[in-house]
Amino acid sequence: MRTDAERTGRASTEPARTGPGMPGAGQTGARERRLHPVTPLRRAWAPLTAVVFLLKQDWIREWLTDLDWGWLAAGGLLAVLASAAYGAQSWRCTYYALTATELRIRSGLFFRRTAHIRLERLQAVEIAEPLLARLVGVAKLKLDVIGTEAKDELAYLGKREARELRAELLALAAGFTPQDAQAAGEAPARELARVAPKTLATAVLLHNAVGWALLTSAIGTVAAWWALDSVWAILAAATTGLGLVWAATGGRFMGEYDWTVAKSPDGLRLDHGLLDRKHETVPPGRVQAVRVQRPLLWRMLHRDWVRVELDVAGSDNSLLLPVADTATAQRVIACILPRTDLAEVRAALRPAPRRARGRAPVRAGCYAFAVHGEVFAASSGLLTPTLSLVPHAKVQSVRGRQGPWKRALGLRDVMVDTGADTTVVAALRPADEALEIIAGQAERSRTGRQEARPDRWMSEVLAK
Amino acid sequence: MQEGKTGIPVQGEIGVPDGAGVFEAGGAEGSEGAATEWRGVPRELLRMRRLMLVLTMPPLAVLTAVLLGWLVTPALAAAGALWLLLAAWCWQVLERNWRSWRYAERADDLLISRGVLWQELTVVPYGRMQLVEVTSGPLERHFGLATVQLRTAASGTDARIPGLEPAEAARLRDQLTELGEARSAGL
Repeated sequence: MRTDAERTGRASTEPARTGPGMPGAGQTGARERRLHPVTPLRRAWAPLTAVVFLLKQDWIREWLTDLDWGWLAAGGLLAVLASAAYGAQSWRCTYYALTATELRIRSGLFFRRTAHIRLERLQAVEIAEPLLARLVGVAKLKLDVIGTEAKDELAYLGKREARELRAELLALAAGFTPQDAQAAGEAPARELARVAPKTLATAVLLHNAVGWALLTSAIGTVAAWWALDSVWAILAAATTGLGLVWAATGGRFMGEYDWTVAKSPDGLRLDHGLLDRKHETVPPGRVQAVRVQRPLLWRMLHRDWVRVELDVAGSDNSLLLPVADTATAQRVIACILPRTDLAEVRAALRPAPRRARGRAPVRAGCYAFAVHGEVFAASSGLLTPTLSLVPHAKVQSVRGRQGPWKRALGLRDVMVDTGADTTVVAALRPADEALEIIAGQAERSRTGRQEARPDRWMSEVLAK
Repeated sequence: MQEGKTGIPVQGEIGVPDGAGVFEAGGAEGSEGAATEWRGVPRELLRMRRLMLVLTMPPLAVLTAVLLGWLVTPALAAAGALWLLLAAWCWQVLERNWRSWRYAERADDLLISRGVLWQELTVVPYGRMQLVEVTSGPLERHFGLATVQLRTAASGTDARIPGLEPAEAARLRDQLTELGEARSAGL
């Protein structure tokens, strides 16, 4: 059955294959390229895991023990050959090609698939180097595209090839012509911020997440002890709890180790990771919202520290700076929001009115809102005060909401939806003011869109 | 209340929601500077919802009365009347809710206002629309109604206008699509 499927798979490949010089490739002028030759090794994992799974079944093991060594060796060799053939064949079927408007990835041995990734939908490009891949010297290229659930990725490419392809993709997405894009190469980067390991360790340990992890694991263990009174249950709960704590401390530290933010014409470059290195490039025009957080313990011990997060449509990385002093954060944010000064925004914040305490007795004091220059800013959060900034041009829709309770107090929430599927809420504003905010925000978003940099921002720069 | 030929409350008849007063002011207007014209939704929507109420509540009342009277004690059968009371209350509420739905097309954005107790006001710029959907379920089709739904890149955007006449829904769809194309902006 397997060979049958493989034969049909191979047969259907033949006519579709458009190597260099073949008609299909000639039409668009795109050069179809293959992935790095180390890829088959990774692809070969699939059949091997199937073999391991089979070996776990008792009846197969019993059957195997009846066989003599010669048969076993032959079977093992066959399995290795088959997975090697599968890996190689699936590698042979995978191509990618870059045209002026899109990146095409053809893949699939049995189920053929062609992904057309339109460059103007490209939000960010990430190069990931997992530990094993790092040893071999290859890298994975992940592409953030709007409107797709799963990331499309090219795994694996040679390290140099990955960097070149990223540079070319970003240059094309930024509006360079294909000839220029290839010539442009990797844009020079200027380092803006680098987080020292000691600072990162302190910041990670003092972050609220550690407290929550400790608290949950303690409660979980005690609850398991009370309820089940069995050593194993306690051990299981304690292990889960320790896992949580590790994720909040060690895991986080390793992921955010050596966090570097650099500025290049392509966008902001984020490099980080101790074992698994990641290099992400975020075009500043694609940032939908920026959040500045100040967790409780940081505020008490290191008044100046902030954590900066951002929202990019289609991206799962939401961290811009794990920890930085305000001045550095300001410098980095200025790349995304050039006309926004954090201190000025903070000064412009207007708190919710006193009567808001009738609706949220404890939290009301944290709610504040401001419109400042190019951003809609709202802050909230008791333990971790968070200031959210949405550029006017990125607003997808504006909503106002008022329930009976809020109406009795003369309050109304204003919500602003961004393209990264986040909603920033200016909570509990006086009702009349809220209406003015909604009307005004609609107007600001309209004019903001006209003034905003075009998506292909380089085309504008080049035209000058 | 007086109604137009189609039973659609037109501007002036409906009290403009306090949520919309600001949009009447010149400053917040689109480039044309015309007064915001609010439209309601056809009375058919109210009829449809009331029919649903009439179709569900009495059977529920009968079921409750029979079950309680039979299983517990005959005196409890009167509890079925609670459903009828609820239905009577909902009859009023539905009308108020129907009256609260209104939308306005401005030069650059669409306004949707709804809700009596929980009031929502949504502003969707045409340039942000990714998709306009017109849907019509079996019940809606029976009453000759359709729902227009706008989608933006944000799923939080809840821009839905239920119970429009198909012709109006199609007009709105075409209008929105056209305006959306003219003003479209990237993410």
